[in-house]
Amino acid sequence: MSKAGPNWGFPKTKVLRPKTKVMIELRNISKRFGAVLANDQINIKVETGTIHAIVGENGAGKSTAMRIAYGFYTPDSGEILIDGQVHQIRTPHDAIALGIGMVHQHFMLVDTMSVAENIVLGAEPGSALALDLATASSQIRKLSEEFKLSVDPGALIESLSVGQQQRVELLKALYRKAQLLILDEPTAVLTPQEVEEFFAILRSMREQGKTIVIITHKLSEVLAISDDVTVMRDGKVVGRVKTKETNAAELARLMVGREVLLRVEKTDAKPGVPRLEVVDLSVNVKGSTPRVDKVSFKVRAGEIVGIAGVEGNGQTELIEALAGLVESSQLSGSINFEGRDITRQSARARREQGIAHIPEDRHRRGLLLEFSLAENSILGVHYRPPVTAYAGNVFLDNAAIQQRANEIIQGFDVRPANAALPARALSGGNQQKLIIGREFKVDPRLLLVSQPTRGVDIGAIEFIHRKLVALRDGGCAILLVSAELEEVTSLSDRLLIIHKGRIVGEVDPKVTTVEEIGLLMTRGH
Amino acid sequence: MKLLRELVFPLLAVLAAFVVGGILILLIGDNPIQAYKLLIGSALSWPDGIGYTLFYATPLIFTGLAVLVAFRCGLLNIGAEGQLYVAAFATAWVGITLAQRSAWILIPLCFLAAVLAGGVWGAIPGILKARFGSHEVINTIMLNFIGIALVSYFTQYHYKVPGDPIMESSEIGQGAHIARLGHFIHGLPERIPLNLAFVLALICCVLVYLFLWRTKWGYELRATGASPTAAEYGGISIRKQIIIAMTISGSLAGMVGINEVLGYRHRYYDGFSDNYGFTGIAVALLGRNHPFGVVIAALLFGVLQRGGIYVDGFSEHVTKDIVQVLQGVIILFVAAEAFFRGQFGSFGLLKRSKV
Repeated sequence: MSKAGPNWGFPKTKVLRPKTKVMIELRNISKRFGAVLANDQINIKVETGTIHAIVGENGAGKSTAMRIAYGFYTPDSGEILIDGQVHQIRTPHDAIALGIGMVHQHFMLVDTMSVAENIVLGAEPGSALALDLATASSQIRKLSEEFKLSVDPGALIESLSVGQQQRVELLKALYRKAQLLILDEPTAVLTPQEVEEFFAILRSMREQGKTIVIITHKLSEVLAISDDVTVMRDGKVVGRVKTKETNAAELARLMVGREVLLRVEKTDAKPGVPRLEVVDLSVNVKGSTPRVDKVSFKVRAGEIVGIAGVEGNGQTELIEALAGLVESSQLSGSINFEGRDITRQSARARREQGIAHIPEDRHRRGLLLEFSLAENSILGVHYRPPVTAYAGNVFLDNAAIQQRANEIIQGFDVRPANAALPARALSGGNQQKLIIGREFKVDPRLLLVSQPTRGVDIGAIEFIHRKLVALRDGGCAILLVSAELEEVTSLSDRLLIIHKGRIVGEVDPKVTTVEEIGLLMTRGH
Repeated sequence: MKLLRELVFPLLAVLAAFVVGGILILLIGDNPIQAYKLLIGSALSWPDGIGYTLFYATPLIFTGLAVLVAFRCGLLNIGAEGQLYVAAFATAWVGITLAQRSAWILIPLCFLAAVLAGGVWGAIPGILKARFGSHEVINTIMLNFIGIALVSYFTQYHYKVPGDPIMESSEIGQGAHIARLGHFIHGLPERIPLNLAFVLALICCVLVYLFLWRTKWGYELRATGASPTAAEYGGISIRKQIIIAMTISGSLAGMVGINEVLGYRHRYYDGFSDNYGFTGIAVALLGRNHPFGVVIAALLFGVLQRGGIYVDGFSEHVTKDIVQVLQGVIILFVAAEAFFRGQFGSFGLLKRSKV
């Protein structure tokens, strides 16, 4: 006797065929990594011919779920259905054979080979002895035209822009006859214009009947491109909605599990005297063009000056030069802080005058990952009172360090709140809060802040933004660099655009548009 | 709990080494239980066993500490061997040159000579790395050859007693001798060379611990080792830290000269070191790069060295080479574990030079 119960003789109800076919369905998938349950009984259903967004904060399990679908991981339990059939996907090979393609956040292309060579790599046409690249090239050209990708199969990868490289990745999947494309954070590396073009491509793919799954945490993009949204939190699927019937606030609430304020609330700046004056500053590199090229600007007390630009246009070098982390022999021009020339001063001397720095790379710069939170909480002030004592301030005062750490942990809601843990044990958002807390603790007169919310959860982003605005209102001068356009425009009181190491324009963040900034970011004028 | 976790792997490594060694002894044709009984029993007998075990452990504590200080700054000092030779010679030189002076002047000056000479020999690769970015592993190895050859030369042509067939210097002044522990401890005969340098080694352990974990200087040194880029961000001069760490490391290695010259032979004896500098790397590794771990590891190696002599003499087939096997296997296991935990990464061996 089947578990379904007795059959009372009624004719079996015929299952109504859904109007839209289901391309892929994950059913009760679970996956555990050590102590972490990355996927907990998740169910995701993606209809054929739609664009489906999977959103969630870092560590919510969205990438894990898609890697299971692509055969990178085998699930601990649950099953995967493709076109209504249960399939075992053990390796990416199985996935490709089933018509699944995946484009990773970091491209997997050989720089020194041509587009066509990259695309056929692993699926070379022709016989064992003769590679039939000509046929492949014409096929690729046809695909490229069909989906309006405009990629030249003969071009070398290294000669292509990041956006074009991404299209090569798409072509790679299409060439392998993928019906379902999984895209992991595809817009992270693109400029606003490139994002628009990219979305147009995705829409034309949908029209051709392809199914697309896009993993992202950018809500505006979800709303712009997708048909349906699956929201994940803490390894579980917490919601599935139609994009047409939802909005950013609802998605954010689902992702975080509580109400989230998406707009930064701030009053107009009341700027005071200039704190930082940069005059014709260049960061020169031997045998190459300057990373920062004759940059001049001012930051006044009580204002946030933002710097927007495509990553790699000199932002990193500019901030590091201001923080004293670039060899002074590489610098020309001058950096003045409160009227004093600090161009040749060490990082320590600058810190002592009240310049704090929240670095873009918290693992490389901001934290000593193996050190405890307590030890991390004193980096930069570790050599002077109140954290040192006895014998001419040679010894560290453990009680004072502990107290400082606890104040930061409580004031900035660092979790878990245990100062003895190594910094490595914290999530990215909590690591960032610890760094921000530490830099705020010195009551800075100038704060240099780079990518303050990179890899940080939405809930923590809101918190960090509020803290930055509060610091500004307290009279601190803030220089903000961020790759998130929304972030720089909403936080900044003035916005500078950087392109190839030059400041190419200033816009009023209150009236500017994404298009205006985007044009300056890419064209330079 | 944390302490326990730190202890588990070194203990497992030692245990595994004894098992592997036991199988080897069995294959050679002796009874491993008997051999180990002999090894450990002889090393821990009172007074000779313990006296010599501690004496053998003394230089290893110094070199273990030397390696660990450099290591905590992200540097691998393979030059302890050269540093301790140069320092021992300098100690003897002061002891010979100022032989007539009283102990009150001579002993501090000899100590200073050991620390300074070792420090200078350690500082050179430090400066080279800080200034030019040349790798300390290469330079410390080179300086081993140079240092050892240099002191050999001075011994041979300038400080040897004419007619003496042995490569050794003349004796240091009476005032430079430091007391053997037998002088203070009832039942420990004074013929056993265990001397005050052992006490100095223990004091150094405490000092190194306090320096690294309780002072701002130690914080800067460890921060540089943990992440040079983050240290730089925190306003720490990496170049300065590299030089400081290598100098301290060399000084600690140099103190082997105090044990050897002032406490034991009272002269410079060419080729005296039984690879103390290199064994120091193993001691630091097994001791988890912690000063207190270094003491325990050095004692274990002392036991092996002392017991090896008895195994050599009193067992039928097994020679004292078994000690080398045991040491080798311990190092292999410890290194394998360190490798898995990614600790080799901070050695800088598998990474590119950090400066």
